[in-house]
Amino acid sequence: MLGEGILKGMAETAKNFVGSFFSAERLTTVQYPEQRIAPYEAARVFPFLVYDSRNSADPADWEAGMRCVACQICEKECPPKCIYIDKSKDKKPDAIGKQQFYPSRFDIDISVCMSCQICVEVCPFEAIKMDTAYELSTTDRFGGLLLDRRQLAKSNEYYHRIHPTEAAEVDDRLSEGRAKTDAKVTPAPVKGTEAPATAKTQPKLAADNAVEDAAITAAAASKAAETATGAGN
Amino acid sequence: MRDSQTNSSAVAEKPEGWNRPALIKPSGDGELLEVAMGPHHPSTHGVFRMDLALDGERVIRLRPVFGYLHRNHEKIAEGVSYLASMPYTDRLDYICPITNNWAYALAVEKLTGQEVPERAEYLRVILGELTRFQNHASSIGFLIQEMGASGTPLMYAFREREKILDLFEKLTGARMMVNYMRFGGCRVDASPAWLDATRKVVAGLPEFVNEFDRLLGSNEILMARTQGVGVLKADLAVNAGVTGPMLRGSGVNYDIRKVDGYGIYNRFNFRVPLGDHGDVYDRFIVRMLEMRESITILEQALKDIPRGPVMDPKAKLRGFRPKPGEAYGRIEGPKGELGFYLISDGGPNPYRYRIRPPSLINLTVLEDMCLGHDVADVVLIFGSVDIVLGEVDR
Amino acid sequence: MKKVEEIKAAIEAAVPGAAVEIVSNPSVSGQHSLRLAPESAVAVASFLRDDPELALDFLSNVTGIDWPDKVTAERVKVKRQVVKTVDGVEQTVEETVEETRQRLDPGCLEAVYHLYSVAKKHGPVILRMRTQDRADHVDLPSLTPVWRSAEFQEREIFDLYGIAFTGHPDLRRLLMWPEFKDHPMRKDYREPDDFEYEPTAHDEVLKRAEEHRAGTAVHADAECGQ
Repeated sequence: MLGEGILKGMAETAKNFVGSFFSAERLTTVQYPEQRIAPYEAARVFPFLVYDSRNSADPADWEAGMRCVACQICEKECPPKCIYIDKSKDKKPDAIGKQQFYPSRFDIDISVCMSCQICVEVCPFEAIKMDTAYELSTTDRFGGLLLDRRQLAKSNEYYHRIHPTEAAEVDDRLSEGRAKTDAKVTPAPVKGTEAPATAKTQPKLAADNAVEDAAITAAAASKAAETATGAGN
Repeated sequence: MRDSQTNSSAVAEKPEGWNRPALIKPSGDGELLEVAMGPHHPSTHGVFRMDLALDGERVIRLRPVFGYLHRNHEKIAEGVSYLASMPYTDRLDYICPITNNWAYALAVEKLTGQEVPERAEYLRVILGELTRFQNHASSIGFLIQEMGASGTPLMYAFREREKILDLFEKLTGARMMVNYMRFGGCRVDASPAWLDATRKVVAGLPEFVNEFDRLLGSNEILMARTQGVGVLKADLAVNAGVTGPMLRGSGVNYDIRKVDGYGIYNRFNFRVPLGDHGDVYDRFIVRMLEMRESITILEQALKDIPRGPVMDPKAKLRGFRPKPGEAYGRIEGPKGELGFYLISDGGPNPYRYRIRPPSLINLTVLEDMCLGHDVADVVLIFGSVDIVLGEVDR
Repeated sequence: MKKVEEIKAAIEAAVPGAAVEIVSNPSVSGQHSLRLAPESAVAVASFLRDDPELALDFLSNVTGIDWPDKVTAERVKVKRQVVKTVDGVEQTVEETVEETRQRLDPGCLEAVYHLYSVAKKHGPVILRMRTQDRADHVDLPSLTPVWRSAEFQEREIFDLYGIAFTGHPDLRRLLMWPEFKDHPMRKDYREPDDFEYEPTAHDEVLKRAEEHRAGTAVHADAECGQ
């Protein structure tokens, strides 16, 4: 019969159409933005800089905790050259207390970035990772799409939320690396002078901690005083 | 902007003996209608222009105009390192980024002699065949859409493509621009969970191909519009450098997976479908059958994939400087033979980086296939060539 | 598949007067090529395509390469007239002196052809042709009459490198627009100052665009491609 093939085809589409009222598999549309598909763990959109919340009084102090040491390897390896880094003139201590440079300017132009993830692969300090946020529209075409380091800095907790397995592996690698450096830094005890060596290292750390603790309590006290006076007034 | 070489009343003189297309004599008073199809056109698969000279509905001359998507990828590659060109290869044939990556990685591995571990080869085959499947499904979908089916078969194909792209995203992080291959292996290893998800998707693919076949295979409109249209003879196809499903639709048994046996394709048992007449219908059927063969290869690869590393342990990410020399590496991409020709002068950047684009070279015979047909057939013939402008213009 | 030496011997036997050189490839790929003289190139190509044993009926890839002029400093021994004092008397004596001279290796443009055989399923056989220089003598014979797949690829090389293929049926620009001057893939191509219409914060590109707009651009023909 002429038209038999067409009718067979239409039977297929009818099956799918009627079936979409009954089975979820045939209704494949997701009503964005009311429904959103959660991104997969490995998904990557644009890079962000990881910072560790080191200061327990102000965990959002991203400047102190940023892992980036401005080695500029990501800037060199980036294919479209969308990363702009200025190295600082001074140094600040990093997670293990070593003095490192930091980036005084770290801009990523996300209108140029092609999400290739090469910056993440080459970073030796686990400082730059891929974010999954994609709702980044802005009304300013040039400045709004040039993210500076304040906008790029996100905490390690955030990293754990978006990429849990990867973040756990990174934390393991970093603590392994720090354990190795600690083993190297602490000198092997020499016979006869064993006790003084360890005694010297320990009190220093305690004194530092005491100084930090004092600073924290002082800050907290002054804040409490402020709010008290503010509430009083 | 008018092309200054356009001459509406005569066909340009071409030297003898070079396989020139047959001249068509226009009827009537010889006045020809000049139509520019594109670059803004829903059916030209991208920004592509064809200058047609029509006698009524019949095509008297067809001249393709390229360059609207030219992004000087080859020159950029001379200025950046070898690794940095890898994300740019994703954007060549943007429907099949995995196979582009693979061709480039293969060319560099030919240049340096690096070994690829077995698990990486299996992963390359799995991802490559998934890419081929979704490319052929989309290509058939686009062809049917150009025939007027308003996108329904295309959306069926895209439904399967979504599942495959979800697999890519779970593994590599991106749905399309995967940046997955590296020189000496693959970037990320596949977890057992991912392999199970892939097995589930592959198990559902034969039913999809059957559904697609029931939807389109015996459709009278499809057969009336595509049989006998856009015939490409085998000897012209070979002489014009045509490769891929277009060549096999004309009956030439040349599949680089069988001829070169690159990677580990020699281990898999698969057939190469060939067409009889070389028309649009044959190319459509060849692509349907190649989808089925891809499923066969996928099932074999997913069964046999061994454990092991996925990167050559001696491969360097930064500071990669191959020794001076040159190499040409090619693969059977879904569109045809995708080749990369690299010349290294010992530095970190390539001296010459050339992409052999299958889509551009398959378009050499577009005029030959379209002469004498109606304008509506031009759209179908062009759709059956299956081009992607990212590759044509680079 | 025959080795390069055997192919060379076969060509020289079949096409008398054909000048063929082997260019060896130092990389691991082992893909050595044959350099052809432009005069006999079409005859050699026809032989390669029609020979029943080689049957290289499939031209896969045509590439253009730019080899710019190279200036190297070298030390040369020259005979010079030198004034010297010999036994208290000033005389002009001929002596051999070492001098540093700049040697100019003239550059050229090259076209490389990768051939395969669909009938015999072997390959690749690689052919090369060089032009005389990069400025005036940039013509090579076109192999489009032998293999139709060279048609668009030779047009692209003409567009991007400037090699004029004689005998090509339709030699026009392929990727750039017809009024464009200059050949972009050459190593000494200088892009126009204002090619980025809306430059973002790319240091030197932004600087060049600003200078161009202020009219202080140094380069004379710094207009966008015209």
